[in-house]
Amino acid sequence: MSKPLRIFLQGLFILASGLTSGGCVRQQPRADVVIVNGADPESLDPAIITALEDYRVVPALFEGLTRIDPKTAVPIPGLAENWEVREEGTEYVFQLRPGLRWSTGEPLTADDVVFSWLRLLDPLTAADYAAQLFCVKNGEAFSTNGITDASKVGIHALDRNRVRVQLNHPVPYFLDLCASPTMAVVPRKVIETHGDRWLQVRPLPSSGSHTLEVWRLNDKLRLRKNPLYWDAANTVNSTVEFLPVGSPSTALNLYERGVVDIIWDKDLVPSELLDDLKSRPDFHAFPYIGTYFVRFNTTHPPFNDPRVRQALALAVNKRRIVERIIRGGEPVAHQLVPTGVAKHQAPDGLIPDPDAGRKLLAEAGFPQGKGFPVFQYLFDSAAGGGAKVHAKIAVELQEMWRRELGIRMELRQLEKKVYLAAQNGLDYDLSRSSWLGDYNDPNTFLDLFLSNNGNNRTGWKNARYDGLIHRANLERDDLQRSELLREAESLLVRQEAVVIPLYFYLGFQFYDGNRIEGIHGNILGMSAVRTIRNKAMEKGRDR
Amino acid sequence: MYLVRRLMGMLPVMLGISFLAFMLVRLAPGGPFDHERRPASPEIERRIREKYHLDEPLLTQYGRYLSGLIRGDLGPSLKYRNHSVSDIVIQGLPVSMTLGLCAFVFALGVGLPSGFYSAAKQGGFGDYASSLIALSGVCVPAFVVGPLLVMEFAVRKKMFPVALFESPMHLVLPTVTLGLYFSGRVSRLLREGMIAVRNAEFVMAARAKGLSDISVLFRHVFRIGVLPVVSYSGPMLADLLTGSFVVENLFQIPGIGVFMVNSSLSRDYTMIVGLVLVYAVLLLVLNLLVDVAYRWLDPRVSYE
Amino acid sequence: MSETQPASEGMAGRETGMSGVFKRFASRRLAATSAGLLALFVWLVILWPWIEPHHPYALGDAQFAPPGGRHWGGTDVHGRDLLTRMMHGASMSLMVGAAGALVSLVIGVSWGAVAGYSGGRVDALMMRGVDVLYSLPSIIFVVVLITTLESALKQWFSKAFSTEFAASTRFLLLFFGLGSVSWLTMARIVRGQVLSLKNRSFVAASRVLGASHLHILRHHILPNVWGIVIVYLTLTVPSVVLYESFLSFLGLGVQPPQASLGSLIAEGASQINSVRIYWWLIAFPSAMLASILLALSVVGDGLRESLEVRNRE
Repeated sequence: MSKPLRIFLQGLFILASGLTSGGCVRQQPRADVVIVNGADPESLDPAIITALEDYRVVPALFEGLTRIDPKTAVPIPGLAENWEVREEGTEYVFQLRPGLRWSTGEPLTADDVVFSWLRLLDPLTAADYAAQLFCVKNGEAFSTNGITDASKVGIHALDRNRVRVQLNHPVPYFLDLCASPTMAVVPRKVIETHGDRWLQVRPLPSSGSHTLEVWRLNDKLRLRKNPLYWDAANTVNSTVEFLPVGSPSTALNLYERGVVDIIWDKDLVPSELLDDLKSRPDFHAFPYIGTYFVRFNTTHPPFNDPRVRQALALAVNKRRIVERIIRGGEPVAHQLVPTGVAKHQAPDGLIPDPDAGRKLLAEAGFPQGKGFPVFQYLFDSAAGGGAKVHAKIAVELQEMWRRELGIRMELRQLEKKVYLAAQNGLDYDLSRSSWLGDYNDPNTFLDLFLSNNGNNRTGWKNARYDGLIHRANLERDDLQRSELLREAESLLVRQEAVVIPLYFYLGFQFYDGNRIEGIHGNILGMSAVRTIRNKAMEKGRDR
Repeated sequence: MYLVRRLMGMLPVMLGISFLAFMLVRLAPGGPFDHERRPASPEIERRIREKYHLDEPLLTQYGRYLSGLIRGDLGPSLKYRNHSVSDIVIQGLPVSMTLGLCAFVFALGVGLPSGFYSAAKQGGFGDYASSLIALSGVCVPAFVVGPLLVMEFAVRKKMFPVALFESPMHLVLPTVTLGLYFSGRVSRLLREGMIAVRNAEFVMAARAKGLSDISVLFRHVFRIGVLPVVSYSGPMLADLLTGSFVVENLFQIPGIGVFMVNSSLSRDYTMIVGLVLVYAVLLLVLNLLVDVAYRWLDPRVSYE
Repeated sequence: MSETQPASEGMAGRETGMSGVFKRFASRRLAATSAGLLALFVWLVILWPWIEPHHPYALGDAQFAPPGGRHWGGTDVHGRDLLTRMMHGASMSLMVGAAGALVSLVIGVSWGAVAGYSGGRVDALMMRGVDVLYSLPSIIFVVVLITTLESALKQWFSKAFSTEFAASTRFLLLFFGLGSVSWLTMARIVRGQVLSLKNRSFVAASRVLGASHLHILRHHILPNVWGIVIVYLTLTVPSVVLYESFLSFLGLGVQPPQASLGSLIAEGASQINSVRIYWWLIAFPSAMLASILLALSVVGDGLRESLEVRNRE
């Protein structure tokens, strides 16, 4: 290196040091566990959150009446110690644990629970997920301005420690809903004084295993153990940090250098590398409640003909897509509801069979694809650094249908929001789609395609399907219910073929099992923060 | 006087920018609250829009925005609903500016000498070598340079951290990644600027007076030859100080460059307009400084 | 060297004419060779679809095959031939670059020259206009442009011309969008140069001699600006080409399965990681873009010098 260059670089370095020490950079001791969480949480307010990144953090701050067992993803007692189900499943009485306190010391009572749930329904909160409580008596009417008197809603505190919830009809997955982060218990006083910016308050009262220490957007999120949590004895770490990382290779580099201990977002594992990474001992995959599929717009001919839809579904070589493009070992999907979802029986789907497809297409009036109009496949760009999996699948599908059925498909890639607008407005022929379940029950997938569901987005309305789903959800016997749901799902993916399921998601976690323990891959993809232990850090501290 | 007039003139320009940006973002399809999953009832969607006044006529909304702006309130972010736009700018802007300033110094520190050298040795081997390097800086984008630098100096040689923003060492690779492209452009512009005036009459005159070659280059040729670089510095510095999406994303730097792009993608209306205003203030002030620097470097320039 | 001499440049230039410039250019061996190679490459790109050994969209089983006998440039994730995709991408990128360069040449230069030459209020107004456009979020601008105009234009095109032509609506809009953001810095730079030039003695002399503004602009100012214009054009082309890849990445640019050099580079860059690198995916497209740009700027250099000689005569 020549001398002037060295002097220049040194000067630059001194400038940088001056600038960074000028207050823009803060160094804190390393947290016990550092986790790459994917995109930045948009919010930590249970009433606002909708994304998985938020869902993974919020339960550590705010707990609900039940919580998820990190191993099995079934609801177990949380703030509520136990509950009674009465009136044929339409009334729940929850008994809170004695002596519950907020992290700031105030007692946590049944009133807080009632406040939190009514807040979720309150029109002024404008919560995306208010509908989770529409099953409660007068919940929907209160939420959509029908009634204004909150005391008419079927959520009441019977005394300091008991909450009674009255439902419109039995809800087989109600306890799952109670464990959902959306329904967690939030601090009334702070919210009433600070409005939308209540999460900036420090100390922030929390009802979960951790308290919020630092939350800097696009920078880091740091949690500290809450000693007043009812189960604090079983919280095995004292600080946990979440980093938002936008680029998969950056996440991997940080992991390799030991800056982070865990990567637990599937978008941050580069899919091109999956077949290499898969064989490493620190790679952990588990079934996850999500499905990648293709929607048909059933209002656009010729896709209003079920035979055409079936023909296209039969001609897709799903195995090639999974093995060559996705490469993470994901299972091929022939149904909408992923295997492993509780209380689910899978119907027979359409097993790929190009010959049968060609025959059906001919029956529909398009022998060898003759006369079939050129149609479009709508998909969104993977902005933000994720692997461009949508474009790759689109390219594969285009070629498969050209070769197998002799029909021509154009690709129409749109920026995400434009894509959503097009899908919502039924301005497409075929569209790339995916769905992640909210709770561990088939209903979280199947109710999408009810005629009046805003997420249907296919134009498909089927009275028989609607009837089956409604009947199933009134059915108290689990076996009978899953039978009804199976029939409905069969209608969706086989007889009517409104969607072409391509594959079921897997969840991925990257961590060294020798150092990190207590992290679980459950079907909801939500491992509990409180149980994650970093053995290496503990050793360091002891020394 | 000139300065005062220019500063006063900035107000209507800012107003124009805020108005255009405000209307433009609303022309784009899709809104801030359109997600992969819609709320189960249209009533909920309507209420969210109502809460953030998106249901009002556009001009009313703009009036509301302006009245907030006068009080220094940029409004709540529509994506990060627990944060206000000011929260995010105050948090991220200093970080982006730190990195941007380092990259600016790097760009000038590398670009000016190499351009000068090229111009001095015009047509010679040194010129070609230096031009080649400058051009590769210009046409190999940051999203290629960055990962390669990380691979070599952070992953393999472990000389620098791979990402994050915690110490001056963390700034080295991002600075180079960000600055390289600009240094290439600075170098090319300076070379051209100097060559263009090398044979101008006043340079000939200076040479005729018997000044040595090198001092003519420094005192006369450089002074005027650097003008294109000065012109370019305004937008360049404004770009650098407001962060770069690619570099901040790659090195996980908590600046506002990422928000510049992501707010557009997520249709975070208030955030887009807020960031545009921040950018515009920087750009206008810097362009003013450029014009002042112009007059200082080339006394014959007048703006009347 | 007298003060009035540059004023006669225009006359001398006209006498020797463009053929003189061409001769001088041809005598610069490096520049002439580059121009020849560039022309050859453009022909190759144009003719490629007739001579290509592999179909650009044909998927294959050989994923990520390294360069070899069958695929000279290796293959990508779908087993497609990289060389073929590069040639198709190059034609796209050359068009995008040309569009950007053309717009910044026509609009940018005239805007900057008029602003700088007029000075005063006109200058202030025109430059604030540039500031306003420069500040607006370009992504949103392109989104609005494409979504509001695409379907309308498409319908009109398919009615007025043919459906094949309508299919290229997106490209036209893309060129337009890229062009509309690429001229702004050019305008600033030209305006700065003109500000400095218009007070030089030879311009003043010409004004005293009673030359019209248009005459002064065309014969005294612009000839002295060409150098920086050409250099800045060679800088605009790569930035437009790369900006296109950014837009494509956001789903606003070229539609898959089509490619551009920029999007191929972006695709390759996403493969850089510590586990393994499919080096050909990043090295070949980058090298192709870099060599095109290198040749372009050598040609630009030669052109500028030929023009300069003409000016000095």
